[in-house]
Amino acid sequence: MSFSNIDTMTEVSVEQREINDVSSTILQIKDLNVYVEDHHILKNINLEIPKNRVTVLLGPSGCGKTTLLKCMNKLTDLYRELEVSGSILIDGDDILNTSKNVPSIRQKMGLLSQRPYPLPVSIYKNVAYGIKLKGIRDKKLIQYSVQKNLEEVGLWDEVKDRLNSPATSLSIGQQQRLCLARGLAVKPRIILADEPTSALDPISSKTIEELFRRLKKHYTIILVTHVLRQAIRLADNVVFMSDGAIIEQGSPDELFNNPQTDKLKEYLVEGN
Amino acid sequence: MYLRRRIIDRLSGTWMVISLVTILLLPLIIGVGLYIKAAPVFEQHTLTELITSSNWAPTKGKFGFWPFIAGSLYVTVLAFIFSAPVCLLAAIHLTQYASKKLVRIIHPVIDILAGLPSVIYGVWGILIIVPFISGYLAPLFGQNTTGYSILAGGIVLAIMCIPYMLNMLMEVFKTVPMGTREASLSLGATYWESIKHVVIRHSRPGIVSAFGLSLAKAFGETIAVMMVVGNRVLSSLNPFDPGYPLPALIANNYGEMLSIPMYDAALMFAALLLLVIILVINLFFRYLIHKTQKA
Ligand SMILES: Nc1ncnc2c1ncn2[C@@H]1O[C@H](COP(=O)(O)OP(=O)(O)OP(=O)(O)O)[C@@H](O)[C@H]1O
Ligand SMILES: [Mg+2]
Repeated sequence: MSFSNIDTMTEVSVEQREINDVSSTILQIKDLNVYVEDHHILKNINLEIPKNRVTVLLGPSGCGKTTLLKCMNKLTDLYRELEVSGSILIDGDDILNTSKNVPSIRQKMGLLSQRPYPLPVSIYKNVAYGIKLKGIRDKKLIQYSVQKNLEEVGLWDEVKDRLNSPATSLSIGQQQRLCLARGLAVKPRIILADEPTSALDPISSKTIEELFRRLKKHYTIILVTHVLRQAIRLADNVVFMSDGAIIEQGSPDELFNNPQTDKLKEYLVEGN
Repeated sequence: MYLRRRIIDRLSGTWMVISLVTILLLPLIIGVGLYIKAAPVFEQHTLTELITSSNWAPTKGKFGFWPFIAGSLYVTVLAFIFSAPVCLLAAIHLTQYASKKLVRIIHPVIDILAGLPSVIYGVWGILIIVPFISGYLAPLFGQNTTGYSILAGGIVLAIMCIPYMLNMLMEVFKTVPMGTREASLSLGATYWESIKHVVIRHSRPGIVSAFGLSLAKAFGETIAVMMVVGNRVLSSLNPFDPGYPLPALIANNYGEMLSIPMYDAALMFAALLLLVIILVINLFFRYLIHKTQKA
Protein backbone atom coordinates (compact mmCIF):
# COMPACT_ATOMS: atom_id res chain seq x y z
CA MET A 1 0.00 0.00 0.00
CA SER A 2 1.66 3.14 -1.19
CA PHE A 3 -0.18 5.35 1.24
CA SER A 4 0.87 3.58 4.39
CA ASN A 5 3.49 6.25 4.94
CA ILE A 6 0.76 8.87 5.12
CA ASP A 7 -0.94 6.94 7.86
CA THR A 8 2.21 6.52 9.85
CA MET A 9 3.01 10.18 9.42
CA THR A 10 -0.29 11.32 10.80
CA GLU A 11 -0.20 8.77 13.57
CA VAL A 12 3.26 9.77 14.70
CA SER A 13 2.33 13.41 14.80
CA VAL A 14 -0.85 12.64 16.69
CA GLU A 15 1.02 10.62 19.28
CA GLN A 16 3.61 13.31 19.67
CA ARG A 17 0.91 15.83 20.21
CA GLU A 18 -0.57 13.67 22.91
CA ILE A 19 2.70 13.11 24.68
CA ASN A 20 4.07 16.61 24.42
CA ASP A 21 1.15 18.90 24.93
CA VAL A 22 -1.50 17.18 26.95
CA SER A 23 -2.19 20.18 29.06
CA SER A 24 -1.03 22.98 26.82
CA THR A 25 -3.21 25.62 25.27
CA ILE A 26 -4.09 25.37 21.61
CA LEU A 27 -6.27 28.41 21.24
CA GLN A 28 -6.16 31.59 23.20
CA ILE A 29 -8.79 34.29 23.14
CA LYS A 30 -7.89 37.72 24.45
CA ASP A 31 -10.21 40.65 25.09
CA LEU A 32 -12.70 39.60 22.47
CA ASN A 33 -15.59 41.99 21.99
CA VAL A 34 -18.35 41.82 19.43
CA TYR A 35 -20.89 44.51 18.74
CA VAL A 36 -23.81 44.84 16.38
CA GLU A 37 -24.45 48.55 16.34
CA ASP A 38 -25.23 49.23 20.04
CA HIS A 39 -25.80 45.64 20.99
CA HIS A 40 -22.83 44.21 22.87
CA ILE A 41 -22.95 40.53 21.92
CA LEU A 42 -19.65 39.28 23.35
CA LYS A 43 -18.22 41.07 26.35
CA ASN A 44 -14.52 40.97 26.95
CA ILE A 45 -14.01 37.27 26.45
CA ASN A 46 -10.74 35.81 27.70
CA LEU A 47 -10.42 32.09 27.29
CA GLU A 48 -7.82 29.40 26.86
CA ILE A 49 -8.77 26.19 25.15
CA PRO A 50 -6.72 23.16 26.28
CA LYS A 51 -5.31 20.88 23.62
CA ASN A 52 -6.83 17.46 22.95
CA ARG A 53 -9.62 18.06 25.39
CA VAL A 54 -13.33 18.57 25.01
CA THR A 55 -14.35 22.04 26.04
CA VAL A 56 -18.09 22.41 26.40
CA LEU A 57 -19.70 25.82 26.01
CA LEU A 58 -22.93 26.14 27.96
CA GLY A 59 -25.35 28.96 28.35
CA PRO A 60 -28.90 30.11 27.79
CA SER A 61 -30.17 30.75 24.29
CA GLY A 62 -28.89 34.00 22.82
CA CYS A 63 -25.92 34.32 25.18
CA GLY A 64 -23.45 34.35 22.30
CA LYS A 65 -22.13 30.79 22.05
CA THR A 66 -22.56 30.55 18.29
CA THR A 67 -21.05 33.97 17.81
CA LEU A 68 -18.04 32.96 19.89
CA LEU A 69 -17.51 29.86 17.76
CA LYS A 70 -17.82 31.92 14.59
CA CYS A 71 -15.16 34.30 15.84
CA MET A 72 -12.76 31.41 16.34
CA ASN A 73 -12.48 30.76 12.64
CA LYS A 74 -13.36 34.25 11.55
CA LEU A 75 -16.66 33.36 9.95
CA THR A 76 -17.80 36.67 11.38
CA ASP A 77 -16.42 38.03 8.08
CA LEU A 78 -19.63 36.87 6.45
CA TYR A 79 -21.67 39.14 8.67
CA ARG A 80 -20.69 42.65 7.79
CA GLU A 81 -22.76 44.13 10.60
CA LEU A 82 -20.62 42.48 13.29
CA GLU A 83 -17.80 44.55 14.74
CA VAL A 84 -15.16 42.26 16.17
CA SER A 85 -12.16 43.36 18.23
CA GLY A 86 -9.57 41.56 20.32
CA SER A 87 -7.37 38.67 19.35
CA ILE A 88 -7.64 34.93 18.88
CA LEU A 89 -4.33 33.12 18.77
CA ILE A 90 -3.83 29.74 17.23
CA ASP A 91 -0.25 28.53 16.80
CA GLY A 92 0.91 32.06 17.40
CA ASP A 93 -1.19 33.47 14.56
CA ASP A 94 -3.85 35.96 15.49
CA ILE A 95 -6.66 34.97 13.17
CA LEU A 96 -8.52 38.21 13.73
CA ASN A 97 -5.59 40.43 12.82
CA THR A 98 -3.35 38.44 10.58
CA SER A 99 -2.00 39.23 7.19
CA LYS A 100 -1.49 35.52 6.68
CA ASN A 101 -3.72 33.34 4.62
CA VAL A 102 -6.99 33.17 6.56
CA PRO A 103 -8.43 30.22 4.56
CA SER A 104 -5.51 28.05 5.56
CA ILE A 105 -5.85 29.07 9.22
CA ARG A 106 -9.54 28.19 8.98
CA GLN A 107 -8.53 24.72 7.85
CA LYS A 108 -7.04 24.17 11.27
CA MET A 109 -10.62 24.12 12.48
CA GLY A 110 -13.40 21.85 11.36
CA LEU A 111 -16.91 23.17 11.70
CA LEU A 112 -19.98 21.16 12.54
CA SER A 113 -23.13 23.20 12.73
CA GLN A 114 -26.54 22.81 14.25
CA ARG A 115 -27.98 21.23 11.17
CA PRO A 116 -25.99 19.66 8.38
CA TYR A 117 -25.19 21.96 5.49
CA PRO A 118 -23.91 19.72 2.72
CA LEU A 119 -22.35 21.51 -0.23
CA PRO A 120 -24.55 21.37 -3.35
CA VAL A 121 -22.42 18.64 -4.92
CA SER A 122 -22.07 14.87 -4.69
CA ILE A 123 -21.23 12.92 -1.55
CA TYR A 124 -17.74 12.27 -2.85
CA LYS A 125 -17.11 15.90 -3.80
CA ASN A 126 -18.27 17.10 -0.39
CA VAL A 127 -15.38 15.28 1.22
CA ALA A 128 -12.95 15.98 -1.61
CA TYR A 129 -13.71 19.72 -1.52
CA GLY A 130 -11.45 20.67 1.36
CA ILE A 131 -8.75 18.24 0.30
CA LYS A 132 -8.59 19.86 -3.13
CA LEU A 133 -8.51 23.30 -1.53
CA LYS A 134 -5.37 22.21 0.27
CA GLY A 135 -3.80 21.99 -3.15
CA ILE A 136 -3.80 18.20 -3.35
CA ARG A 137 -4.38 17.18 -6.96
CA ASP A 138 -3.36 13.50 -6.91
CA LYS A 139 -6.60 11.65 -7.64
CA LYS A 140 -5.58 8.47 -5.85
CA LEU A 141 -4.59 10.34 -2.76
CA ILE A 142 -7.92 12.20 -2.77
CA GLN A 143 -9.82 8.95 -3.23
CA TYR A 144 -7.90 7.35 -0.43
CA SER A 145 -8.53 10.22 1.91
CA VAL A 146 -12.25 10.41 1.04
CA GLN A 147 -12.67 6.74 1.85
CA LYS A 148 -10.64 6.95 5.02
CA ASN A 149 -12.62 9.86 6.40
CA LEU A 150 -15.96 8.35 5.47
CA GLU A 151 -14.86 5.21 7.26
CA GLU A 152 -13.83 7.27 10.24
CA VAL A 153 -17.41 8.49 10.70
CA GLY A 154 -18.89 5.09 9.88
CA LEU A 155 -20.51 6.24 6.67
CA TRP A 156 -18.41 4.43 4.08
CA ASP A 157 -20.42 1.23 3.94
CA GLU A 158 -23.66 3.17 3.67
CA VAL A 159 -22.56 5.39 0.77
CA LYS A 160 -19.80 3.54 -1.08
CA ASP A 161 -22.21 2.53 -3.86
CA ARG A 162 -23.60 5.99 -4.41
CA LEU A 163 -20.69 8.34 -3.96
CA ASN A 164 -21.86 10.38 -6.94
CA SER A 165 -25.37 10.98 -5.67
CA PRO A 166 -26.11 14.45 -4.35
CA ALA A 167 -25.26 14.81 -0.68
CA THR A 168 -28.77 16.06 -0.03
CA SER A 169 -30.12 12.59 -0.85
CA LEU A 170 -28.76 11.33 2.48
CA SER A 171 -30.75 11.33 5.70
CA ILE A 172 -30.13 14.18 8.11
CA GLY A 173 -28.11 11.97 10.43
CA GLN A 174 -26.00 10.71 7.53
CA GLN A 175 -25.55 14.28 6.29
CA GLN A 176 -24.27 15.35 9.68
CA ARG A 177 -21.73 12.53 9.66
CA LEU A 178 -20.78 13.52 6.10
CA CYS A 179 -20.20 17.08 7.31
CA LEU A 180 -17.97 15.72 10.07
CA ALA A 181 -16.07 13.58 7.56
CA ARG A 182 -15.50 16.48 5.19
CA GLY A 183 -14.28 18.57 8.13
CA LEU A 184 -11.89 15.84 9.26
CA ALA A 185 -10.58 15.46 5.72
CA VAL A 186 -8.74 18.77 5.91
CA LYS A 187 -6.93 17.44 9.00
CA PRO A 188 -8.03 20.12 11.42
CA ARG A 189 -6.68 20.31 14.92
CA ILE A 190 -9.76 21.74 16.48
CA ILE A 191 -13.37 20.71 15.90
CA LEU A 192 -15.89 23.47 16.44
CA ALA A 193 -19.25 21.85 17.01
CA ASP A 194 -22.34 24.00 17.47
CA GLU A 195 -25.13 21.85 18.89
CA PRO A 196 -24.21 19.14 16.39
CA THR A 197 -26.88 16.74 17.54
CA SER A 198 -29.81 19.07 18.08
CA ALA A 199 -31.43 18.31 14.73
CA LEU A 200 -30.79 14.59 14.91
CA ASP A 201 -32.81 11.62 16.08
CA PRO A 202 -31.59 9.87 19.24
CA ILE A 203 -29.71 7.14 17.40
CA SER A 204 -27.87 9.53 15.08
CA SER A 205 -27.08 11.75 18.08
CA LYS A 206 -25.58 8.81 19.86
CA THR A 207 -23.46 7.95 16.83
CA ILE A 208 -22.09 11.50 16.69
CA GLU A 209 -21.46 11.51 20.42
CA GLU A 210 -19.56 8.23 20.22
CA LEU A 211 -17.51 9.63 17.37
CA PHE A 212 -16.61 12.59 19.51
CA ARG A 213 -15.53 10.34 22.32
CA ARG A 214 -13.23 8.58 19.89
CA LEU A 215 -12.02 11.76 18.19
CA LYS A 216 -11.09 13.51 21.40
CA LYS A 217 -7.91 11.45 21.55
CA HIS A 218 -6.58 13.21 18.50
CA TYR A 219 -8.46 16.47 18.29
CA THR A 220 -9.34 19.43 20.41
CA ILE A 221 -13.10 19.70 20.49
CA ILE A 222 -15.12 22.77 21.34
CA LEU A 223 -18.72 21.76 21.75
CA VAL A 224 -21.79 23.90 22.23
CA THR A 225 -24.66 21.93 23.63
CA HIS A 226 -27.92 22.43 25.44
CA VAL A 227 -28.02 18.80 26.52
CA LEU A 228 -26.54 18.75 30.01
CA ARG A 229 -26.20 14.97 30.01
CA GLN A 230 -24.19 15.19 26.84
CA ALA A 231 -22.02 17.86 28.40
CA ILE A 232 -21.44 15.67 31.44
CA ARG A 233 -20.63 12.65 29.29
CA LEU A 234 -18.14 14.44 27.06
CA ALA A 235 -16.66 17.44 28.81
CA ASP A 236 -13.15 17.77 30.18
CA ASN A 237 -13.56 21.46 30.62
CA VAL A 238 -16.72 23.53 30.87
CA VAL A 239 -17.31 27.18 30.09
CA PHE A 240 -20.57 28.75 31.19
CA MET A 241 -21.69 31.90 29.43
CA SER A 242 -24.54 34.25 30.04
CA ASP A 243 -25.51 37.43 28.26
CA GLY A 244 -22.31 37.62 26.23
CA ALA A 245 -19.86 37.08 29.07
CA ILE A 246 -18.08 34.11 30.56
CA ILE A 247 -19.49 33.56 34.03
CA GLU A 248 -17.72 30.44 35.20
CA GLN A 249 -15.27 27.92 33.86
CA GLY A 250 -13.54 24.83 35.15
CA SER A 251 -13.78 21.06 35.29
CA PRO A 252 -17.19 19.42 34.88
CA ASP A 253 -17.04 18.34 38.47
CA GLU A 254 -16.48 21.89 39.70
CA LEU A 255 -19.22 23.41 37.59
CA PHE A 256 -21.88 20.76 37.75
CA ASN A 257 -21.50 19.73 41.37
CA ASN A 258 -20.39 22.95 42.88
CA PRO A 259 -21.67 25.94 40.92
CA GLN A 260 -20.60 29.28 42.34
CA THR A 261 -22.94 31.77 40.71
CA ASP A 262 -26.71 32.05 40.84
CA LYS A 263 -26.91 32.19 37.08
CA LEU A 264 -25.25 28.81 36.68
CA LYS A 265 -27.28 27.30 39.50
CA GLU A 266 -30.46 28.50 37.84
CA TYR A 267 -29.32 27.19 34.45
CA LEU A 268 -28.49 23.78 35.87
CA VAL A 269 -31.81 23.51 37.63
CA GLU A 270 -33.77 24.47 34.55
CA GLY A 271 -31.67 22.26 32.32
CA ASN A 272 -32.46 19.18 34.38
CA MET B 1 -73.90 24.97 11.75
CA TYR B 2 -71.95 22.03 10.50
CA LEU B 3 -73.99 21.99 7.29
CA ARG B 4 -73.17 25.62 6.66
CA ARG B 5 -69.48 25.01 7.11
CA ARG B 6 -69.70 22.06 4.80
CA ILE B 7 -71.44 24.08 2.11
CA ILE B 8 -68.88 26.87 2.36
CA ASP B 9 -66.17 24.29 2.22
CA ARG B 10 -67.65 22.76 -0.91
CA LEU B 11 -68.28 26.10 -2.59
CA SER B 12 -64.82 27.44 -1.94
CA GLY B 13 -63.39 24.21 -3.29
CA THR B 14 -65.46 24.50 -6.45
CA TRP B 15 -64.47 28.12 -6.88
CA MET B 16 -60.82 27.27 -6.64
CA VAL B 17 -61.18 24.57 -9.27
CA ILE B 18 -63.06 26.90 -11.60
CA SER B 19 -60.49 29.67 -11.20
CA LEU B 20 -57.67 27.24 -11.73
CA VAL B 21 -59.21 25.79 -14.88
CA THR B 22 -59.82 29.28 -16.27
CA ILE B 23 -56.21 30.23 -15.68
CA LEU B 24 -55.01 27.02 -17.26
CA LEU B 25 -57.32 27.44 -20.24
CA LEU B 26 -56.45 31.09 -20.85
CA PRO B 27 -53.40 30.54 -23.05
CA LEU B 28 -55.32 27.91 -24.96
CA ILE B 29 -58.28 30.23 -25.50
CA ILE B 30 -56.01 33.03 -26.67
CA GLY B 31 -54.11 30.65 -28.91
CA VAL B 32 -57.23 29.19 -30.49
CA GLY B 33 -58.74 32.65 -30.98
CA LEU B 34 -55.61 33.88 -32.74
CA TYR B 35 -55.50 30.75 -34.82
CA ILE B 36 -59.06 31.15 -36.06
CA LYS B 37 -58.41 34.77 -36.97
CA ALA B 38 -55.15 33.88 -38.68
CA ALA B 39 -56.59 30.95 -40.59
CA PRO B 40 -57.21 32.77 -43.91
CA VAL B 41 -53.51 33.39 -44.29
CA PHE B 42 -52.84 29.66 -44.20
CA GLU B 43 -55.11 29.16 -47.19
CA GLN B 44 -52.66 30.93 -49.44
CA HIS B 45 -49.35 30.34 -47.71
CA THR B 46 -47.66 27.41 -46.06
CA LEU B 47 -46.36 27.74 -42.52
CA THR B 48 -42.75 27.32 -43.59
CA GLU B 49 -43.17 30.00 -46.21
CA LEU B 50 -44.62 32.42 -43.67
CA ILE B 51 -41.85 31.82 -41.18
CA THR B 52 -38.82 31.54 -43.43
CA SER B 53 -39.61 33.87 -46.30
CA SER B 54 -38.10 37.34 -46.23
CA ASN B 55 -40.42 38.72 -48.83
CA TRP B 56 -42.57 41.31 -47.08
CA ALA B 57 -44.97 43.08 -49.48
CA PRO B 58 -48.45 43.12 -47.96
CA THR B 59 -49.97 45.01 -50.87
CA LYS B 60 -48.86 42.22 -53.16
CA GLY B 61 -50.06 39.57 -50.75
CA LYS B 62 -46.53 38.58 -49.73
CA PHE B 63 -46.12 37.90 -46.03
CA GLY B 64 -42.64 36.70 -45.16
CA PHE B 65 -42.15 37.06 -41.41
CA TRP B 66 -38.54 36.03 -41.16
CA PRO B 67 -37.12 39.60 -40.95
CA PHE B 68 -39.45 40.32 -38.05
CA ILE B 69 -38.62 37.14 -36.23
CA ALA B 70 -34.93 37.75 -36.81
CA GLY B 71 -35.30 41.37 -35.70
CA SER B 72 -36.96 40.30 -32.47
CA LEU B 73 -34.35 37.66 -31.78
CA TYR B 74 -31.54 40.07 -32.58
CA VAL B 75 -32.78 42.79 -30.23
CA THR B 76 -33.53 40.26 -27.49
CA VAL B 77 -30.17 38.54 -27.72
CA LEU B 78 -28.34 41.86 -27.69
CA ALA B 79 -30.33 42.94 -24.63
CA PHE B 80 -29.52 39.67 -22.94
CA ILE B 81 -25.81 39.96 -23.71
CA PHE B 82 -25.77 43.48 -22.28
CA SER B 83 -27.83 42.80 -19.17
CA ALA B 84 -27.04 39.25 -18.02
CA PRO B 85 -23.39 39.72 -16.98
CA VAL B 86 -24.16 43.05 -15.32
CA CYS B 87 -27.05 41.56 -13.36
CA LEU B 88 -25.15 38.45 -12.38
CA LEU B 89 -22.20 40.40 -10.99
CA ALA B 90 -24.38 43.04 -9.35
CA ALA B 91 -26.56 40.40 -7.71
CA ILE B 92 -23.52 38.55 -6.42
CA HIS B 93 -22.08 41.74 -5.05
CA LEU B 94 -25.29 42.89 -3.43
CA THR B 95 -26.06 39.56 -1.79
CA GLN B 96 -22.55 38.38 -0.91
CA TYR B 97 -20.36 41.41 -0.37
CA ALA B 98 -22.41 44.53 0.15
CA SER B 99 -23.38 45.77 3.58
CA LYS B 100 -26.99 45.52 4.63
CA LYS B 101 -27.23 49.29 4.50
CA LEU B 102 -26.37 49.44 0.81
CA VAL B 103 -28.88 46.71 0.04
CA ARG B 104 -31.52 48.60 1.97
CA ILE B 105 -30.91 51.64 -0.24
CA ILE B 106 -30.69 49.68 -3.49
CA HIS B 107 -33.86 47.67 -3.08
CA PRO B 108 -36.39 50.49 -3.45
CA VAL B 109 -34.39 51.89 -6.35
CA ILE B 110 -34.63 48.58 -8.17
CA ASP B 111 -38.33 48.35 -7.42
CA ILE B 112 -38.93 51.83 -8.81
CA LEU B 113 -36.99 51.01 -11.95
CA ALA B 114 -38.91 47.78 -12.38
CA GLY B 115 -42.20 49.62 -11.98
CA LEU B 116 -41.52 52.40 -14.50
CA PRO B 117 -43.86 52.24 -17.50
CA SER B 118 -42.01 51.14 -20.59
CA VAL B 119 -42.92 54.30 -22.48
CA ILE B 120 -40.61 56.18 -20.13
CA TYR B 121 -37.72 53.93 -21.09
CA GLY B 122 -38.67 54.59 -24.70
CA VAL B 123 -38.60 58.36 -24.31
CA TRP B 124 -35.35 58.13 -22.43
CA GLY B 125 -33.94 55.99 -25.23
CA ILE B 126 -34.92 58.58 -27.81
CA LEU B 127 -33.40 61.41 -25.78
CA ILE B 128 -30.17 59.72 -24.74
CA ILE B 129 -29.38 56.44 -26.45
CA VAL B 130 -30.37 57.32 -30.00
CA PRO B 131 -28.31 60.54 -30.19
CA PHE B 132 -25.45 58.82 -28.36
CA ILE B 133 -25.36 56.11 -31.01
CA SER B 134 -25.65 58.45 -33.98
CA GLY B 135 -23.31 61.07 -32.53
CA TYR B 136 -20.55 59.03 -30.83
CA LEU B 137 -20.78 55.29 -31.10
CA ALA B 138 -21.49 54.90 -34.81
CA PRO B 139 -18.73 57.30 -35.99
CA LEU B 140 -16.32 55.33 -33.80
CA PHE B 141 -17.07 52.27 -35.93
CA GLY B 142 -17.18 54.28 -39.14
CA GLN B 143 -20.93 53.87 -39.45
CA ASN B 144 -23.54 56.32 -40.53
CA THR B 145 -26.90 56.02 -38.80
CA THR B 146 -29.83 57.99 -37.50
CA GLY B 147 -29.36 56.18 -34.20
CA TYR B 148 -32.72 54.48 -34.48
CA SER B 149 -31.32 50.99 -34.70
CA ILE B 150 -31.22 47.41 -33.52
CA LEU B 151 -28.44 48.48 -31.16
CA ALA B 152 -30.60 51.21 -29.61
CA GLY B 153 -33.40 48.68 -29.16
CA GLY B 154 -30.99 46.22 -27.55
CA ILE B 155 -29.61 48.81 -25.13
CA VAL B 156 -33.00 50.17 -24.08
CA LEU B 157 -34.35 46.66 -23.69
CA ALA B 158 -31.29 45.66 -21.65
CA ILE B 159 -31.83 48.59 -19.30
CA MET B 160 -35.48 47.63 -18.93
CA CYS B 161 -34.50 44.05 -18.17
CA ILE B 162 -31.89 44.91 -15.56
CA PRO B 163 -34.15 45.69 -12.59
CA TYR B 164 -36.36 42.74 -13.39
CA MET B 165 -33.50 40.27 -13.78
CA LEU B 166 -31.51 41.72 -10.89
CA ASN B 167 -34.45 41.37 -8.54
CA MET B 168 -34.92 37.73 -9.45
CA LEU B 169 -31.23 36.91 -9.24
CA MET B 170 -30.96 38.54 -5.82
CA GLU B 171 -33.85 36.46 -4.57
CA VAL B 172 -32.15 33.39 -6.00
CA PHE B 173 -28.82 34.11 -4.31
CA LYS B 174 -30.52 34.88 -1.03
CA THR B 175 -31.79 31.32 -0.88
CA VAL B 176 -28.26 29.98 -0.45
CA PRO B 177 -28.13 29.01 3.22
CA MET B 178 -25.62 30.94 5.30
CA GLY B 179 -24.56 27.60 6.78
CA THR B 180 -23.46 26.30 3.39
CA ARG B 181 -21.34 29.36 2.80
CA GLU B 182 -19.86 29.05 6.28
CA ALA B 183 -19.10 25.39 5.59
CA SER B 184 -17.27 26.23 2.40
CA LEU B 185 -15.20 28.96 4.06
CA SER B 186 -14.37 26.78 7.03
CA LEU B 187 -13.08 24.08 4.70
CA GLY B 188 -10.51 26.57 3.48
CA ALA B 189 -12.16 28.19 0.49
CA THR B 190 -11.66 31.87 -0.23
CA TYR B 191 -14.63 34.15 -0.58
CA TRP B 192 -14.58 33.92 -4.34
CA GLU B 193 -14.10 30.14 -4.34
CA SER B 194 -17.13 29.81 -2.11
CA ILE B 195 -19.17 31.94 -4.46
CA LYS B 196 -18.03 29.97 -7.48
CA HIS B 197 -18.39 26.47 -6.06
CA VAL B 198 -21.22 26.92 -3.61
CA VAL B 199 -23.32 30.01 -4.20
CA ILE B 200 -23.51 29.84 -7.98
CA ARG B 201 -23.71 26.09 -8.01
CA HIS B 202 -26.54 26.09 -5.52
CA SER B 203 -28.35 28.79 -7.48
CA ARG B 204 -27.98 27.32 -10.96
CA PRO B 205 -31.61 26.37 -11.50
CA GLY B 206 -32.65 29.77 -10.20
CA ILE B 207 -30.19 31.61 -12.44
CA VAL B 208 -31.45 29.70 -15.45
CA SER B 209 -35.04 30.51 -14.65
CA ALA B 210 -34.27 34.19 -14.03
CA PHE B 211 -32.55 34.34 -17.41
CA GLY B 212 -35.41 32.48 -19.09
CA LEU B 213 -38.15 34.66 -17.66
CA SER B 214 -36.20 37.79 -18.58
CA LEU B 215 -35.70 36.57 -22.13
CA ALA B 216 -39.36 35.75 -22.57
CA LYS B 217 -40.34 39.13 -21.18
CA ALA B 218 -37.78 40.91 -23.35
CA PHE B 219 -38.95 39.10 -26.46
CA GLY B 220 -42.48 40.37 -26.04
CA GLU B 221 -41.61 43.90 -24.92
CA THR B 222 -43.17 46.32 -27.37
CA ILE B 223 -43.42 50.01 -26.70
CA ALA B 224 -39.94 51.01 -25.62
CA VAL B 225 -38.28 48.98 -28.33
CA MET B 226 -40.67 50.22 -30.97
CA MET B 227 -39.76 53.81 -30.09
CA VAL B 228 -36.04 53.44 -30.78
CA VAL B 229 -35.53 50.52 -33.13
CA GLY B 230 -36.40 52.32 -36.38
CA ASN B 231 -39.23 50.06 -37.48
CA ARG B 232 -37.86 49.20 -40.89
CA VAL B 233 -37.80 45.70 -42.17
CA LEU B 234 -34.47 44.22 -41.16
CA SER B 235 -32.18 44.01 -44.14
CA SER B 236 -28.74 43.36 -42.67
CA LEU B 237 -27.05 42.08 -39.54
CA ASN B 238 -25.44 45.45 -38.91
CA PRO B 239 -26.59 46.49 -35.41
CA PHE B 240 -26.47 50.14 -36.49
CA ASP B 241 -29.22 49.48 -39.02
CA PRO B 242 -32.86 49.68 -38.05
CA GLY B 243 -34.97 46.62 -37.51
CA TYR B 244 -38.59 45.73 -37.00
CA PRO B 245 -39.40 43.29 -34.22
CA LEU B 246 -42.58 41.27 -34.25
CA PRO B 247 -44.43 43.04 -31.39
CA ALA B 248 -43.69 46.42 -32.96
CA LEU B 249 -45.12 45.23 -36.26
CA ILE B 250 -48.37 44.25 -34.63
CA ALA B 251 -48.67 47.35 -32.48
CA ASN B 252 -47.85 49.72 -35.34
CA ASN B 253 -50.14 48.26 -37.93
CA TYR B 254 -53.08 46.64 -36.29
CA GLY B 255 -56.17 48.71 -36.86
CA GLU B 256 -54.61 50.53 -39.78
CA MET B 257 -54.23 49.37 -43.31
CA LEU B 258 -56.83 46.74 -42.78
CA SER B 259 -58.10 47.50 -46.24
CA ILE B 260 -55.26 45.46 -47.59
CA PRO B 261 -56.59 41.95 -48.07
CA MET B 262 -55.22 39.34 -45.69
CA TYR B 263 -53.30 41.93 -43.69
CA ASP B 264 -55.55 41.40 -40.72
CA ALA B 265 -55.04 37.66 -40.80
CA ALA B 266 -51.30 38.07 -41.28
CA LEU B 267 -51.02 40.26 -38.20
CA MET B 268 -53.02 37.70 -36.24
CA PHE B 269 -50.56 35.13 -37.42
CA ALA B 270 -47.75 37.38 -36.15
CA ALA B 271 -49.41 37.50 -32.75
CA LEU B 272 -49.81 33.75 -32.73
CA LEU B 273 -46.17 33.39 -33.68
CA LEU B 274 -45.18 35.67 -30.80
CA LEU B 275 -47.22 33.58 -28.41
CA VAL B 276 -45.69 30.35 -29.64
CA ILE B 277 -42.11 31.66 -29.53
CA ILE B 278 -42.53 32.93 -25.98
CA LEU B 279 -44.06 29.58 -25.05
CA VAL B 280 -41.11 27.77 -26.61
CA ILE B 281 -38.63 29.97 -24.73
CA ASN B 282 -40.46 29.20 -21.51
CA LEU B 283 -40.60 25.48 -22.14
CA PHE B 284 -36.96 25.38 -23.16
CA PHE B 285 -35.88 27.06 -19.94
CA ARG B 286 -38.12 24.85 -17.90
CA TYR B 287 -36.32 21.91 -19.43
CA LEU B 288 -32.95 23.52 -18.65
CA ILE B 289 -33.97 24.11 -15.04
CA HIS B 290 -35.02 20.51 -14.80
CA LYS B 291 -31.64 19.41 -16.14
CA THR B 292 -29.60 21.67 -13.87
CA GLN B 293 -31.57 20.56 -10.86
CA LYS B 294 -30.71 16.99 -11.59
CA ALA B 295 -27.01 17.58 -12.20
N1 LIG C 1 -25.46 38.92 12.59
C1 LIG C 1 -26.12 39.34 13.66
N2 LIG C 1 -26.83 40.48 13.63
C2 LIG C 1 -27.51 40.91 14.71
N3 LIG C 1 -27.51 40.28 15.88
C3 LIG C 1 -26.82 39.13 15.99
C4 LIG C 1 -26.09 38.60 14.89
N4 LIG C 1 -25.51 37.45 15.27
C5 LIG C 1 -25.86 37.28 16.55
N5 LIG C 1 -26.65 38.27 16.99
C6 LIG C 1 -27.21 38.42 18.35
O1 LIG C 1 -26.23 38.02 19.26
C7 LIG C 1 -26.79 37.31 20.34
C8 LIG C 1 -26.09 35.99 20.51
O2 LIG C 1 -26.41 35.15 19.43
P1 LIG C 1 -25.84 33.66 19.33
O3 LIG C 1 -26.41 33.07 18.10
O4 LIG C 1 -24.38 33.71 19.43
O5 LIG C 1 -26.49 32.97 20.61
P2 LIG C 1 -26.38 31.47 21.07
O6 LIG C 1 -25.79 31.47 22.43
O7 LIG C 1 -25.71 30.64 20.05
O8 LIG C 1 -27.91 31.05 21.18
P3 LIG C 1 -28.59 29.65 20.88
O9 LIG C 1 -28.30 28.78 22.06
O10 LIG C 1 -30.05 29.97 20.79
O11 LIG C 1 -28.02 29.12 19.61
C9 LIG C 1 -28.26 37.19 20.03
O12 LIG C 1 -28.94 38.16 20.78
C10 LIG C 1 -28.37 37.48 18.57
O13 LIG C 1 -29.58 38.11 18.27
MG1 LIG D 1 -26.33 29.06 18.76
